[in-house]
Amino acid sequence: MSRKKWSIFTAIILVLSLVISACGFGGGTEDASKDTLVLTDKNEPPNLDSAKSTDQVSFQILTNALEGLMRLDKDQKPVPGIAASYELSADKLTYTFKLRDAKWSDGKAVTAHDFEYGWKRALDPKTASEYAYILEPVKNAMEYNAGKAKPEDVGIKALDEKTLQVTLKAPSPYFLQLTAFSTFMPQRKDIVEKFGAKFALEAQNMVYNGPFSIDKWEHGVSIHMVKNDNYWDNKNVKLTKAEVKFLKEESTKVNLYKTNKIDFTEITKDFADAFKSSSERFVLKESSAWYLEFNQREGIFKNKKLRQAIELAIDKKTLTDQVIKTGSVPAGSLVPLDIQANTNQKFREVSKDEVKYDPTQAKKLWLDGLKEEGISPSEKIDLLGDDTTSAKDQMQFIADQLHKNLGVQVTVSPVTFKERLQRGKDGNFQILFSGWGADYNDAMSHLDIFTTGQSYNRGKWSNTEYDALIKKSKDNPNFEERVQDLIKAEKILIDEQGIAPLYYRTRLSLLKPYVKGAIWNTTWGFWDFKDAYLDGK
Amino acid sequence: MLRYTLKRFGLMLLTLFIIVTVTFFLVRMLPGTPLANEEKLPAEIREQILEQYGLKEPLSIQYVKFMGNLVQGDLGMSLSQNGRSVNELLSDRIGPSAFIGFQGIIFGLVVGLLLGIIAALRRGTWIDNVASATAVFGVSIPNFVLAGLLSYWIGVKFELLPPALWGGYEYTILPSLALSVYVIAQVSRYIRTEMVEVLEQDYIRTAKAKGLSWSKIITGHALRNAMIPAVTILGPLTVNILTGSLVVENIFGIPGIGNLFVDSIMVNDYTTVLGTTIFYSVLFLSVTFIVDVLYGVIDPRIRVSGAKE
Repeated sequence: MSRKKWSIFTAIILVLSLVISACGFGGGTEDASKDTLVLTDKNEPPNLDSAKSTDQVSFQILTNALEGLMRLDKDQKPVPGIAASYELSADKLTYTFKLRDAKWSDGKAVTAHDFEYGWKRALDPKTASEYAYILEPVKNAMEYNAGKAKPEDVGIKALDEKTLQVTLKAPSPYFLQLTAFSTFMPQRKDIVEKFGAKFALEAQNMVYNGPFSIDKWEHGVSIHMVKNDNYWDNKNVKLTKAEVKFLKEESTKVNLYKTNKIDFTEITKDFADAFKSSSERFVLKESSAWYLEFNQREGIFKNKKLRQAIELAIDKKTLTDQVIKTGSVPAGSLVPLDIQANTNQKFREVSKDEVKYDPTQAKKLWLDGLKEEGISPSEKIDLLGDDTTSAKDQMQFIADQLHKNLGVQVTVSPVTFKERLQRGKDGNFQILFSGWGADYNDAMSHLDIFTTGQSYNRGKWSNTEYDALIKKSKDNPNFEERVQDLIKAEKILIDEQGIAPLYYRTRLSLLKPYVKGAIWNTTWGFWDFKDAYLDGK
Repeated sequence: MLRYTLKRFGLMLLTLFIIVTVTFFLVRMLPGTPLANEEKLPAEIREQILEQYGLKEPLSIQYVKFMGNLVQGDLGMSLSQNGRSVNELLSDRIGPSAFIGFQGIIFGLVVGLLLGIIAALRRGTWIDNVASATAVFGVSIPNFVLAGLLSYWIGVKFELLPPALWGGYEYTILPSLALSVYVIAQVSRYIRTEMVEVLEQDYIRTAKAKGLSWSKIITGHALRNAMIPAVTILGPLTVNILTGSLVVENIFGIPGIGNLFVDSIMVNDYTTVLGTTIFYSVLFLSVTFIVDVLYGVIDPRIRVSGAKE
């Protein structure tokens, strides 16, 4: 080779090696080692600031890296976490938590002040937290969040290093379990202030008081966690390492699952049939109900018979089993299956729902309704919903059912999630296919949305008796009576056909059989792997 | 030549300005806001947070502010990833994208070139036919299908290479390969056609008559002339690699810019959408610019006509 050629060749090699070294591949993806639990999620957490987090990915990491006053056991019941014990005043308004001797990962003690600071920081309007409303049961919390009260008026007070007093605005049967949730985690003032805007954006920009601490956060790739030796209950933590990888493409995840590179992945209906009889198929329960909302501001669905006809004309069993295929259960009502009525019973056990499907009756009601409204049977109706593949299939199925059983032409309008919210809010729809996931484990989370004037009540269904029952239940100290009232209210919603319930949603996943002891949180939908272990990976 | 280069450069800046402006206003027409918990956030608090993000100001003022920062190279803060700047997000993601893209192009060029030359020299034989078939296959098969097949067969069935993820050099091979097939196909077709034509030119016969060795004729005379069209398609090919990487990155779970782009659109992260668009545009425009200039270097005729302008 001539000298000129040599110099060009050398230059190319130099550039190439520069690029290679600049990439810094990182080392997070060496073969899943035998002692690491490897999970997957679609996206990485936007940040890990417990006061700000809004998504399940963050909730999952935070629940395992931090610990609140309580922790939820396998039956989703609150058990002592950082709080060793608590007392509730006779009027059910004041909780006094006694903290145990617990440490942060940097060796400092976890104090009641850390809780007061973390909670109030979430409420501080300057924090701009999109989940602060979860602190709603606390006295003056919402007022402070809206800038209408001072921080010292909020019912959160550290009496001393080890005692936290929380005053509620009304008796709440679900407050205790909320203290296990991310927004209720303690935060260290010195750490938050030290890192400022960069707090909780990197693994080393935060401290941990939970079973695991974050060892490495490779953006866009994975979060790697190791057992936290400073955790108060570390003798009961068997798992030494866990990793959450961020991957979007489903077939990729299935490939990685098959080659044992990951231990868990969610799957959609595309893979539901392929793993139909697999013992590794795992249904992820969640407290989410899906239903049709009718626009009752104006138009034909002010007529109750027409609303009833719609629900009766849809075969929900076929919808869940043949169209959705990811384990969802046909619904006859609103409150999802895993919501508790009290400590021992689920709401759906106390108040059974009835799944209806009656095409003959539906057709009759439809024609009667049309006559009452003086509308021609050739009237078209529009169904608005999300534009995911699954939502589109479901809407198409619903449209076919309505066409077959009622003889009505239905147009299907799939739009993006953000647009669905916007059009729902503006009332720019006829029938809206939507859903609601619980914010806390209580029927109120679902029932509250259909009160008059509530912005999430997109169809503007309104019933005074319903409103009165919900209002009463918000500060009723008699929890047994409260459950009965909520049951009554839900019956009114369903009997009056405020919505047409479709199904209680679940998701489908693959989980390696050697993963034992991990707890799936049915309210917020994530894994708590404090008690997990790998049996023969 | 200088005037030609400067003129191209000016046009490039103008194009970029138009792209940025149009994108800025288009992205605001997406329904909804960048808030993550838009569905459940109480209306009052929602307004308060938007105010803090500076999204309540008139759009024209936001635009002026954005352009002001852009001129200083600041793309602003991400709206979905609180506390991270778009510059930071892009620089985090640029390495993997650049690596698989670059490797894909280099590999594609080398293989395409060889394939094209061999096919031209062995015109009409089975080698030529195989090369043609490869080219047709490469152009017609979408790279996401190819990526899926590669991941499944080489990654899962034969377990020769990792089916996905990002962790070491072996993780870059399949994605680069998936991206390079289109390049191979295009380059080999162009080179073959041009070579066949060039080999019949008089100056090749002259060179042969002078007694030059066959290999000297190919590298010194034939290839250099046949390369010109290959350079012209380098621009479109790079763009193809860029757009292809959106999908390929997803399939192989690579933490690249394509991934970031898709995510930011889904969550209405205006600043990140804009930042990524600007990044892609700059890259695309620079490639086109470089190709234009390179073209002049390789083909003196262009240089001359450019100077006349």
